[in-house]
Amino acid sequence: MEAAADIQTTASERSLVNKLAPARTLLLACIQCGTCSGSCPNADAMDMSPRYLWRLLLTDNAQEIFKSRTFALCSTCYTCTLRCPRGLQLTDAMSLLKQVAASENLPLYKRSVRFYRSFMESVRRHGRVREMEFMTLYFMSMKNPVIPLKFTPLGMRLMARRKVSVEIPSKGTQKLDAMFRKAKEIEEQS
Amino acid sequence: MKYIYYPGCSLEGTAAEYSISTLALFEALGIELIELDDWTCCGATAAEGVSHLLSFALPARNLAMAEKMKAKSDILVPCSACYLNLKRVEQEIKDDHSLLRKINQVLAVDDLVLKGTVKTRHLLDVLVTDVAPDDIASKIVRSLDGFRIAAYYGCQCLRPYAVFDDPEEPRSMEPLITATGASVYPWDMGGRCCGASLMSTAPEAGIELVAALLEDARDADAIVTVCPMCQMNLEAYQKKASKQHHTRYEVPVLYLPQLLGLAMGLNDEKVRLDLNLCVPGSFRKKLAGTLQPA
Repeated sequence: MEAAADIQTTASERSLVNKLAPARTLLLACIQCGTCSGSCPNADAMDMSPRYLWRLLLTDNAQEIFKSRTFALCSTCYTCTLRCPRGLQLTDAMSLLKQVAASENLPLYKRSVRFYRSFMESVRRHGRVREMEFMTLYFMSMKNPVIPLKFTPLGMRLMARRKVSVEIPSKGTQKLDAMFRKAKEIEEQS
Repeated sequence: MKYIYYPGCSLEGTAAEYSISTLALFEALGIELIELDDWTCCGATAAEGVSHLLSFALPARNLAMAEKMKAKSDILVPCSACYLNLKRVEQEIKDDHSLLRKINQVLAVDDLVLKGTVKTRHLLDVLVTDVAPDDIASKIVRSLDGFRIAAYYGCQCLRPYAVFDDPEEPRSMEPLITATGASVYPWDMGGRCCGASLMSTAPEAGIELVAALLEDARDADAIVTVCPMCQMNLEAYQKKASKQHHTRYEVPVLYLPQLLGLAMGLNDEKVRLDLNLCVPGSFRKKLAGTLQPA
């Protein structure tokens, strides 16, 4: 009976599995050699190795994949992509997993998702990222006063050199809003 | 010689000295840099964390702007993250026509079209390939003899597209360093990751990468880099890395045009060492001692 319950998947799990398809396609020729894990500078900090993550991806195990922070710890250095004996685009696969985590708003990845989103929001408004606005948006979205405090000393050093200044988030000219919308529209169609 | 110049967002803020010294260096070399009209953000590594299509459309917008410019030349990009994003579009649209079609659907809302006729070049590529280290050597007026310089390339100017250097064991910066009279500090960390945005999203992992680099650069007089992200990570977190490893890391992290500029006799206003977060007194003293005009 328990096994039957295991096999039963909910609609949301099935939709997650569907969203994994583009990443899975990149991994089809994986031979599980582990060169990626041995090459990754962040492997020590990951809760599962990249090789194991690829195995889960190939077996559609969305549940386990999204319990792990491994892909969120990819710093896009491309060493695994360079060394993969099968020539697989592993860094791109990591990015695709980050995109699924972002679109599903999964709480485990909230720190990196909100970081990327705040950055993109500043770009959408002004065309160029305003570093202090982006960090302010990020701090506001995290609703955790400890995070900005950790960045305060660096912010002060940068301000002392007039590299950044205190910036209250503003609507800006919505410079890239139309492009952002169009991209979203196309991605939702496909 | 001339190039279309794409500074990117960091070079307007936290990496201002990278842009100032790049402009000064190229002026001294007699090479014209024409700023890209109405340039916008390349998406950095944030776009691909959110939207696959935007991660292509944002850099593509800048390539399309460059195609529209009167100056027909390569785009010169000092920031490695910007460089990779622009280069990636240039490379991927060659075979992926469906991607190009989607990109152009997005660009159409801004009345832009991408054809794929402009080439993206990294600052380092231009310096070693088009300018040539011998040219720079002939313009050195203040020898940096006695300085040991660690060449740090980071990731994204080397990988995944191996354009001008070995992506595992990069060496392209070495003739530029020796041209200044300095010696190349021997280490094998040149192409290792600095942690990139992990310093913000997962600092406990990022700081270990930073510390490993600082540890191996211990006996260098300076680290020289060509990426604002690498520079910030290596420069701004030295105290934090020192504390965690119960030691003291203190090494200046200069942008390559700052180093070359110093050796070519450019003054402080042109290389702006005052904007760097870490320039120890010992480094300044050594600089003052050896930097007498020849």
